[in-house]
Amino acid sequence: MADLLRDLPAYRVLLGSRLASQTAYRTSFALDLLGQLGLALLELSEIYVVFHNVDALGGLAFGPALLVFALANVSWSIADTVVGHLDTLPSYIRTGTLDAMLLRPLPALAQLVTSDLSLRRLARTAMGVVVLVVALPIAIDDWTPAKVVLLVITPVTGAAIFAALFVGAAGAQFWLVDGGEMTNAFTYGSSYVSSYPTSVLHSVARVFFTFVVPAAFVSYLPTLVLTDQAGPPGLPAWLGWFTPVMAALAWAAALLWWRFGLRHYTGAGG
Amino acid sequence: MRAFLVLVRAGFTRYAAYRTASVAGALTNTVFGVVKASITIAAIAAAGGAIAGYDAQQGATYSWLCQSLVATVGLFGWRELADRIRTGDIAVDLARPLDLQLSGLASDLGRGAYMLLPRGLPPLLVGFAFFGVALPREPLPYLLAALSIPMAVAISYACRFAVNLTAFWLMDVRGTLTLYVVASNVLSGLIVPVAWFPGWMSTIAHATPFPSMLQVPVDVLSGRVHGWAAVELLVVQAAWLAATLLLGRVVLARATRKLVVQGG
Repeated sequence: MADLLRDLPAYRVLLGSRLASQTAYRTSFALDLLGQLGLALLELSEIYVVFHNVDALGGLAFGPALLVFALANVSWSIADTVVGHLDTLPSYIRTGTLDAMLLRPLPALAQLVTSDLSLRRLARTAMGVVVLVVALPIAIDDWTPAKVVLLVITPVTGAAIFAALFVGAAGAQFWLVDGGEMTNAFTYGSSYVSSYPTSVLHSVARVFFTFVVPAAFVSYLPTLVLTDQAGPPGLPAWLGWFTPVMAALAWAAALLWWRFGLRHYTGAGG
Repeated sequence: MRAFLVLVRAGFTRYAAYRTASVAGALTNTVFGVVKASITIAAIAAAGGAIAGYDAQQGATYSWLCQSLVATVGLFGWRELADRIRTGDIAVDLARPLDLQLSGLASDLGRGAYMLLPRGLPPLLVGFAFFGVALPREPLPYLLAALSIPMAVAISYACRFAVNLTAFWLMDVRGTLTLYVVASNVLSGLIVPVAWFPGWMSTIAHATPFPSMLQVPVDVLSGRVHGWAAVELLVVQAAWLAATLLLGRVVLARATRKLVVQGG
């Protein structure tokens, strides 16, 4: 910890230079931000078109469904900003960058996490917050202190769950040589799953994305609590209170898996 | 013509080399297919059995055919050409005695042909096993699809080619490519069938080549649109193919006039 505090100014300079480098090409950066907003609008357009045709999806009316989408989007974009670049680990392995990191007296994971902070991804967080602010009054009728607490912890723990998935996916890269995309099914896939009521899923997929990959805990289950709904068979609403527990479990599993993978790693050769 | 076929083959073998990548891609397409088909079926059920003429089975068939064709059509962006422009390698490509646009088209058709089985079949099998996917029992839809799918790949390629060329003017095309992927994913019908769109969105979609990249081949292959109506869709596709190829050539002509080769 003392080491970390001593190194803190150095980290600040490092992050500052990375942010400056990202804004150097102004037109590109603006287009990049626009692209990120476009990605958020892409996901939103699916909800829009579906609710243009129906009044409820998976038992949720428009307001609660929008709340599920917004909570998932905010959580995902936070996790993506902070650790999303972990999915470039295969190229770090190929180019030998990882080998250099392993020689330094800091944990490789900490170095990787601070190696690239994507400013452009914050555009999506902003978009998610806007949708959240719109969704809240439509979705929630009566507020209680407990609901406020849940609303505050949900995006944080949701982001922690997604971040754990990224770390777990990175740990798998030590085995997958040109199959890096395999983990996208779990990272990007669970982001997609969590944007929708988990109740729409086929029963096998529903169990998988609740108890194996905890995507349902990111937004659907907390939304059931926030909007006073009972939940479908097998997915009681009170599970929504267990998001922090699932986040802790996910992190424990991800870190174990990362260390296991790193021990398996024998270098890029050369 | 012979050179074209050789390049098609080369495109095919190039992608056939990455087997694990194909498995990985098929897994991702399948997981997204489960979610998309689930949403489609749930929406159709909530609407009382049908939306815009799609019943539950047609909705599921639509979602799964989209998932099995998406890799072939190449809707997830492609920046190889933009990278060659950025690094200057494009000068070498332009000096070759081959047409830049058509040689790229040949290898992209080869890529698409390879993707059909390893990335197309697994999602379809999962669809058959768990969600009521139904394919037509007469030969005509398959014959028409055999024309429609390659045309869809070619239209998609022609557009990606034109978008990549913006690298001549922009240092970093990441934003442009992301915007292109967004537009193509929504307007091609990958996210939700174009027929479900509210009026204004469907007008916009039909003013672009995007529905011809996915909605059309899926409708033709599933037999949802058949007979002369299907032939009409193929004519629309052919027109978009000519228009998008022409667009690429015009942009390329303007870009090469601007090109300054650095170094000796």
